[in-house]
Amino acid sequence: MADEPLVLGIETSCDETGVGIVRGHTLLANTVASSVEEHARFGGVVPEVASRAHLEAMTPTVERALEQAGLRFSDIDAVAVTAGPGLAGALLVGVAAAKAYALGLGVPLYGVNHLAAHVAVDQLEHGPLPKPSIAMLVSGGHSSLLLVPDVAKDVISLGSTVDDAAGEAFDKVARVLGLPFPGGPHIDRVAAEGSGMAVAFPRGKYDDGTLDFSFSGLKTAVARWVEAKERSGESVPVADVAASFQEAVVDVLTRKALQACGRYDVKDLLIGGGVAANSRLRALAQERCDAAGVRLRVPRPGLCTDNGAMIAALGSELVAAGVGPSDLDLPADSSLPITTIHV
Amino acid sequence: MFVLVLAFDTATPAVTAALHDGERVLAESTTIDARRHGELLVPSVREVLREAGASLRDVTAIVAGSGPGPYTGLRVGLMTAQALSSTSGAPAYGVCTLDVLAYASGLAEPFIVATDARRKEVFWARYADMRTRVAGPFVDRPGDVPGELPLVGAGARMYAEIVGEGRLVEDAPDYPRAGALAALAAEHLAAGVSGAAADAGADGRVLTSPSPIYLRRPDARVPGPPKKVTA
Ligand SMILES: [Zn+2]
Repeated sequence: MADEPLVLGIETSCDETGVGIVRGHTLLANTVASSVEEHARFGGVVPEVASRAHLEAMTPTVERALEQAGLRFSDIDAVAVTAGPGLAGALLVGVAAAKAYALGLGVPLYGVNHLAAHVAVDQLEHGPLPKPSIAMLVSGGHSSLLLVPDVAKDVISLGSTVDDAAGEAFDKVARVLGLPFPGGPHIDRVAAEGSGMAVAFPRGKYDDGTLDFSFSGLKTAVARWVEAKERSGESVPVADVAASFQEAVVDVLTRKALQACGRYDVKDLLIGGGVAANSRLRALAQERCDAAGVRLRVPRPGLCTDNGAMIAALGSELVAAGVGPSDLDLPADSSLPITTIHV
Repeated sequence: MFVLVLAFDTATPAVTAALHDGERVLAESTTIDARRHGELLVPSVREVLREAGASLRDVTAIVAGSGPGPYTGLRVGLMTAQALSSTSGAPAYGVCTLDVLAYASGLAEPFIVATDARRKEVFWARYADMRTRVAGPFVDRPGDVPGELPLVGAGARMYAEIVGEGRLVEDAPDYPRAGALAALAAEHLAAGVSGAAADAGADGRVLTSPSPIYLRRPDARVPGPPKKVTA
């Protein structure tokens, strides 16, 4: 609807400079400048490299978003920005930009929670989120299970990783297998040629009754297994190891997600975050949701990885819910809890 | 010609913003808080605009201190300048933060400006007088800052025992103030700059593009092969 406000969203919590423009639940622009290639040779995201890249990329990325949407700055009605959680120095660049845009345009500013935004973004693709829903967010930075009664007002943490994030485990195992950073897409590709049943890797916290995850033991088990093969002079069956590792991760993730749905009697499951792009996770989640009578929602990959549209989507949701804007002195908070949906 | 310069600097513990009409400082706000640049800057900008009864639409140039300075705070100022420039249409410039301290010192003879670079180092530059940088900026240990010249800036005061107490210039500011930054920029704007701003310091120009002067590479090591988990 044309009378819904036009929201500009800015995301800089990690290595993607994301800018999105949303009106209501309609996506008008989603532009991303990634510094991932600058981090690749370091085997992980280097915070200072990411912060420098955000400053360089911000203004051109905002201009591209406006161009993509066929809009001018003066059309923007509100600015939303990731206030946390994320890398402190990286967040600060986005927050500084958003404050200046809000002041310069004379429009309200909304500092929002990155994790809640991963949930809100699905509404751009699949329409209003049933209340309540279960959301599982899996990426290089987070592995969280959430109960979402109302994404604008009430998000409850049910569980999270006790050690490595799921995406982090993909990166570390990729390195052990000699695959490039970031590991997720490479493991997914290589695993397609192997068998997920080849090696029975451990599934951490599988039956512990909690909704928490643990991937550190799995990662170490893979490294041990590979080293043993190398020591005995045998070649490492990379495809089978990748597939079996991936199977262990997605088995635990989908099992806990469905347990959460059962425990809270919720019939809608949303999966978001970069790892949601994994083809085996999507397939197994669909299979298990079908068996349990749960509806599965997974946004398209461009909306799963970190992006500005998700921030605009949550901003738009807050405006619609009548939530007041943030003050211009809002801080970036690298460890913002999920219970704080906006600051 | 109507002139209204909005200036701010976040390259030191001072978060400072000011408005200047080409002849005088209309409003200035300075807070010393090394940890809250991101929180304080935009409210300070709003405050000086309000105090001067001006709107961002009236601003004819936006100038930010381009450092060198601790990077996290430094980027807040430059990002703010770039974003305000996009929305208002006023051009954005950077000015070396050490040049602002030099200008504010009012000195007519040679001296050195030094600010805190953390990690037991200082950012420093050498000047022939308050308007003329002749070397730098550099980053070095305080003991490696050369010469007998008088010293200006908090970096000199912090390491007075190493550089020599007697070299500190009395009454010179420790931190830059946006009023001085705006006045310095206004001088150069009045003298005329071509539309395109030069690269930082490339040809000795004071007004440069609004990009940070880093002087250090990011801390990052290319990892070796994965560590063995079995002994
Ligand atoms: Zn994320």
